[in-house]
Order: sequence, then structure tokens, then C-alpha cells
Amino acid sequence: MPPSLGGIELDKEYAVVMKGITKRFPGVLANDHVDLFVEKGEIHAIVGENGAGKTTLMNQLYGLLHPDEGEIYVFGKKVHFKGPREAIEHGIGMVHQHFMLVDNLTVAENVVLGSETKKGFLFDLNEARKVVKDLSEKYGLLVDVDAKIEDIPVGMQQRVEIIKTLYRGAEILILDEPTAVLTPQEAEELFEILRRLKKSGKTIIFISHKLNEVMEISDNVTVMRLGKVTGRLKTSETNPKEIARLMVGRDVVLRVEKESKEPGDVVFEVKDLWVKDNRGLDAVKGVSLKVRRGEIVGIAGVAGNGQTELVEAITGLRKVEKGKIIFDGIDVTGFSPRELRDMGMAHIPEDRLKYGLIVEYPAYYNLILGRHHRFPFSESNFLNKRFILKNAEDLFEEFDIRPRKPEMLGGNFSGGNQQKIVVARELSHEPKFMVISQPTRGLDVGAIEFIHKTILRMRARNVGILLISMELEEIFSLSDRILVIYEGEIMGETRPEETTFEKVGLMMAGHRLEEVER
Amino acid sequence: MRPDSRIWSFVVPIAAVILALMIASIVILLIGKNPVVAYEALIKGAFGGRQAIADTIIKTTPLILTGLAVGFGFRAGVFNIGAEGQMIMGALIATVVGINLGGVPPVIAIPVTMLIGMLAGAGWAAIAGYLKAKTGAHEVVSTIMLNWIATYLSSYMVTEPLAVGSGTPKSPEIAESAKLPPLLTIGATEMTSGIIIAIVAAIIMYIILEKTTTGYEVKAAGFNPYAAEYGGISISKNITMSMAISGALAGLAGALEVMGVHHRFLGTLSGGKGFDGISVALIGQNHPIGIMFAAFLMASLRTGSNEMQFVGVPKHIIMIIQGIVIFLVAADRIVRTILIRKKKVRS
Repeated sequence: MPPSLGGIELDKEYAVVMKGITKRFPGVLANDHVDLFVEKGEIHAIVGENGAGKTTLMNQLYGLLHPDEGEIYVFGKKVHFKGPREAIEHGIGMVHQHFMLVDNLTVAENVVLGSETKKGFLFDLNEARKVVKDLSEKYGLLVDVDAKIEDIPVGMQQRVEIIKTLYRGAEILILDEPTAVLTPQEAEELFEILRRLKKSGKTIIFISHKLNEVMEISDNVTVMRLGKVTGRLKTSETNPKEIARLMVGRDVVLRVEKESKEPGDVVFEVKDLWVKDNRGLDAVKGVSLKVRRGEIVGIAGVAGNGQTELVEAITGLRKVEKGKIIFDGIDVTGFSPRELRDMGMAHIPEDRLKYGLIVEYPAYYNLILGRHHRFPFSESNFLNKRFILKNAEDLFEEFDIRPRKPEMLGGNFSGGNQQKIVVARELSHEPKFMVISQPTRGLDVGAIEFIHKTILRMRARNVGILLISMELEEIFSLSDRILVIYEGEIMGETRPEETTFEKVGLMMAGHRLEEVER
Repeated sequence: MRPDSRIWSFVVPIAAVILALMIASIVILLIGKNPVVAYEALIKGAFGGRQAIADTIIKTTPLILTGLAVGFGFRAGVFNIGAEGQMIMGALIATVVGINLGGVPPVIAIPVTMLIGMLAGAGWAAIAGYLKAKTGAHEVVSTIMLNWIATYLSSYMVTEPLAVGSGTPKSPEIAESAKLPPLLTIGATEMTSGIIIAIVAAIIMYIILEKTTTGYEVKAAGFNPYAAEYGGISISKNITMSMAISGALAGLAGALEVMGVHHRFLGTLSGGKGFDGISVALIGQNHPIGIMFAAFLMASLRTGSNEMQFVGVPKHIIMIIQGIVIFLVAADRIVRTILIRKKKVRS
């Protein structure tokens, strides 16, 4: 007789049962007696704020971490995975948020990497190509088997990751925030694929914080908050508002209200800007744009279309090949990051771990980065610890950064709180113009709401804002004007009230405004 | 204990030393000697009597400074393998200047000679820093090449233009006024007052790293150059400056060897002390206080090893001890990195 758990029979109906999972990290209870029941052949969404413990839970299922307490059953069998290899042997596959692909190998080579097809002792590429082609056709996962990873779009890279798990015999697929890097059209394609996989009997666990996606694709939802399960819902019997409340513990405004406002004079302008990427190829090709005081100009586009290079050039981190940057009436082309900061430019970078934070520094040091050389933080080359700590205490309070430990190292805060540290620092500079890149990437609804409100507060204070985001929802709800970038060129300019997701989505795929309007 | 807890920085090296002594005692047993006798001799050699202590302290002085040089570089994110060459240059130029300061009173001659030595080391290291900042040439490669240039340049100097006497190639003595007054004189051994300067240098390095805006920038650039640049810190300027500061410390080591110990430039003066700085910095966890203790430990092992030789245990045993200590301290880094990585996996 199968063991019984709280009235739930551990029979074959469940692909995954995690019971009473507890995982402690120093100072943090990441998972607190978490129960998860995933039925066989369903799409099960796990939603929760950042730091809620979703990824920790999945890493335990995938054998990357080991639970301190609790039991895991896969297809009714109790398991103790020592590492991912054992999890894979039990039919579990995971597609991480950041792809684990080798850029200069082909699709086929990447799929078989680690368990290569062999002819005798030798690697059999033809067999690999055939296997990948078969899988691709069987599940409708369109890929070019001979293309190198670096040459294919992100959407296809993700399909390669999925094929990789299928090649290793995955029956249960874990996808961690799979749509974060996709255009709306690509996301739609992914959902089609997931539905097809479900139809062929695969079980899918889908980690997300985008409620509309969860509503569209999943059968059941497990909601987590602060390491605990706060809700186990049937998707057809719930709504986004209820899920959001369970995630955050209070009612959440899913879309911030923006008051109408007449923008002031032009504070920032870019004229015919050309910038090269790291490989020396043109990444930004003749971009011109203007930002007025108290105006939010949104740049929509799929990642990797020159946004990074554009932002780096504007903020002085990358060389301008041609063109002009004018800030506050002064030609600042070629100015250093420090000069631009001193003039009143702030920058919330897209990659907060690479650019925004020094993870080895305590929060109070991170909160002065960029102004550390100025009074009152520094006086005749000596740091003024008293002011630095006072500044940290004030900002921790104002921005509700948790835990309230300014001496904690930057790297030990959760993603949402790291972003709050960056935002708090940049806003406390009293900027005239801000470049904000991917401000809510990887954040949960609660933190997104907070960041969005903060951005609008800056707009109300007459700060000019250039917002670069891959989230169309975010571009639409915040921007006064929208520019769409594709392969380093602006495809057109529009306003959120005059256009639709579909039209902007088409421009993101390389169609010009004129074509789209036709 | 938390993996990033500060206590680890003390516990690990101490545990590493104890473990290394234990492992080495097995080796001593295997060659048929008594480890207790060997270690007794080691301790006696290093601390048994004023003479022994003076010897240990003389050996400690340059190791503190080269350790600080490499450690400062590590903190700033540059791997200065060139402390050896910078030390040679510091010693060589300090000698050249020191020889010619005959008529100058010591109050001026001593600081000038010291400063010149530091400048020579700083300049030598700054070449590598500048090359890295401007062209991306890796400092490991360029400092190694600079080491050889310094070695041969100094051999040429003491065999041709500066050569005196016969035997070991050597320069003339520096002027009396440029010699560092000894702290203590025990028989023929003059215990250099350089140790005080080395300790002061460690304290200054601590203050620069922990209390100043320069230290904030240097460490930021070492931890995360991208974020530092984003925060308005010029990476190329920082690399050159960090290398120069690092080189100044190594140059000072060389100048003090001339001014306080040999009173002249000898071909064998550096004798690998620049490279030993890497080990010292590693064992001392790049912390000025840790570096002082690590330098003292290594110097004690070296002075003590001669005595150990008299009881029939080869002095190379201390190389084994030193190797094991470094291995364990470095391995601790690996363990801690893994622990911290794992923590980051949860989102």
C-alpha cells in the first residue's frame, strides 16, 4: 500500500511530491516545510516573490541542493538525489534562467554534450544531428541543428535547452522564468510547445512571476511567500488578483496609474549615434532621440538589439564612434562616467550584479558608489564613516530595504533588495536625467510595483527618464513615448495610447512603423 | 560558523600551520628522525637567544614589505609577480644614491635614500601597470619579464660600473649617513631598525585600504572592475596607481636591505624574497596584520631551519611546511567559495 500523506495518496497520479521540505541558509529559512504536489501530465506553475524560495525548491528537486528536512517522491518513488545527474536519471530536466550552452558549438553538439553519441570511441556527429532533428520534429521544436549557438536568437536557444532535457529522457521539465528573455510572439510559441509537450504526456513545472502567463498556460498553481506555501490553486478557479495577494500578502496594484503631465524642455538628446559592440561590429546605427524633463521615453526591443551598447555609450562606459550626446545643453560626447554623474546623470544598470553592485562590499558602501569621492562621504581623501552609515540608515528606511542590516554584504541580499539598493543610491543623487535599464528584471510583483511607483515619482519631480526594457507591459504602463529598437536602429516612435502590443511586437521583430500601420 | 565570518581569516591560517607541522612531522619520522627533536631545534634556532631573535627579525623585515606589496596588489585586483624585480630596482637605485650622499646629514640622507628606493620600485611596477591599462598586456607576463630585466641590469651594474673588490659581485658601501641606525647590536649582528619602518608601512597600508577614498576605489576596482567603472572610478588610472603603490613597497624592501643589513648592493641581495612575498600575502590573507604574522612565521622557519640541520633534519623540511600551509590556506578559499556560491544559487 502506498504511503499516505495528508490524505493524498502517493500513487502514480503524481509526478512529483515534495513533502515538508525545509532548507536553511545561514540566517535565512529559504524553504519552511514546503509541500508541492505536481500531477502527472499537467503544467504546474510555481509563483512567488523573489526570495520566496521557488528556485531553492526546484534546485532541491533537481539535486543541486539537498533539503535539511522533508521527503521527495518522483513518480511515487522516494528519492535522495546526490546531484543533477541522478535527477536526470529519474527523468527530471531543468531549463535554467540563464542558458547553459556553449556559444561556439552547434545546436546538435550542444544537445548531446556530456552524453555524446558515439561510433566506437569517436564522437558521431551525424547521429547527433539525426537525434536532434527527430526530437525537434517530434515535439515541434524548430531549431537549426547546424547553426552555432552564438548565431541563433534567444528563443531558439531556449528550444535547444528544452531539446537537451528531452534528449536526456526528461519526463518532468522544470522551466525557471522561461519568458523573461522572449518577445511576446516568441513567448506565444513557447506556450504552444509546452502545450504540445503536455499532450505527449510530459509534466511541466513552470516558475514565473508573470501572472497573465500563469493564467494562460498552467493547470494548477502553487503560490509561495517567504519560504512558505500560501496557496494551492486550480488555475481555472482563480484570478490574477487572488494570486497576487497570496504572493505579496496584501492587495497589489497590478498596473500603476500614471497622471498626465506636460513635459518640460529637452534635458537629454542623442544625435545620429553610432556605437560598436565588443566584437567591433556596429551595434547602434544612427540612433537619435530626445528626452524632456518630466518625461519617460521607453525603448522597447528584444535583448541584444543594441540596447546595452546604447546605454553604455550614453553613460560614458563605451566609446562613441560617431554622433553627439547632449546633456543639459552641454555636448557631453566622450565624457567619463564620473563627469556625467557629477553633472546629474543617474543610471540603473540592466545587470545589477555586474555593474550595479559590488557584492563583496557591505550595503552602506554600495549606497555611496559614484558619490564616494564627494562631501560628506569623503573629506580630503578620508571616508567619513559616520555620514556613510547615516546615509545607509536613511535609505534603508526610505526604500524599505530588507533585512535592515546595512553592514550585510551586497551579495547576500535577495534580488529585489539588491535592486532596491541600486535604485535607492541612484535616486539619492538628485539626478536631472536617469537611464533606467531593465529595472524589474527578475523581480516579483511587490517589488515591481514599488519600483514603478518610484520611477513615476521621479517623473513627477521633473526628471527626464530613458527607460529600456524588454517587458512590453512595463514600457506600456510607464512610458509617455515609445521607441522600438531593432538591430541598432529605431523602427519607429509611438505612444502607448495609440498602439497595441501586437504592433510594437512586430516592430521588435524588425518591421518599421510605416509597415506595421499599413 | 558563517563562511564569510571574519574569524575564519584567523582560524584557518593558524589551523593550517598546526596541520602542516603535523604532516611534516610524519615526513621527519619517515626519514628516521625524531620530530620532537627537530622542532625543538627549529624553535631554538629561531628564538633561542637574542642573536637568534635578531636574525629572525632581520629576515622578517623584507618579507613583511614584499608581502604587503603583493597583498596590496591582490586587493586591487592585480597580480604583481614582479615584487622581486621591484625590490632589486629599489635596492639598486637606493645604493646608487646612497653612495653619493656622503656630505649630507642622516636626517636627510636616510629618508631620501628610502624614498628613492620606493620611487624606483614604484616606477618599475608602474611600467607593467601602464601596459595593462593601455594595451591589456597581462601584468603577470610583463612583471616576470621586468624581473629578468632588473636581475640582469643589476648584475651588470655590480660587475661593471659599480663593481668593487673580488668574489661576489658587489657595489661599494653606501655613505655612513645613509645607513639605518641599528635597533640593537648583538655581537656581530646588527638588528635593523627597518622592522619599525616595515610595521609602519603595514599600518599605513591598513589605513589606506580601510579608511580612505583611495582604498575604497582600489578595493572596488579589485572586487568588480565593471561596477567600479560604472561608479565613476577610472580603471586604467587605478591599475597603474595600484601597481605603483605595490612596487613602492617592494622597492622599500630593497632599499631597507641595503640601508640596514648589507650597506651595499650585492648580486644575491633579493634572493627570492620578492617571490616569497606571494606566499606571505597568501598566508596572511592579504591583510596587513595577517601579512606581518605570516612574514614572521616564514622568517622563523628559515632561521630555525639551520639549527634543525644540526640535528640531522634537512632544512628543506621547512619548504614542505611552507608548501602545505599555502596549500591549506588556498584550499580554504576554495571551500569558502563553494559555500558562498551555494548560497547564491538560491534566488
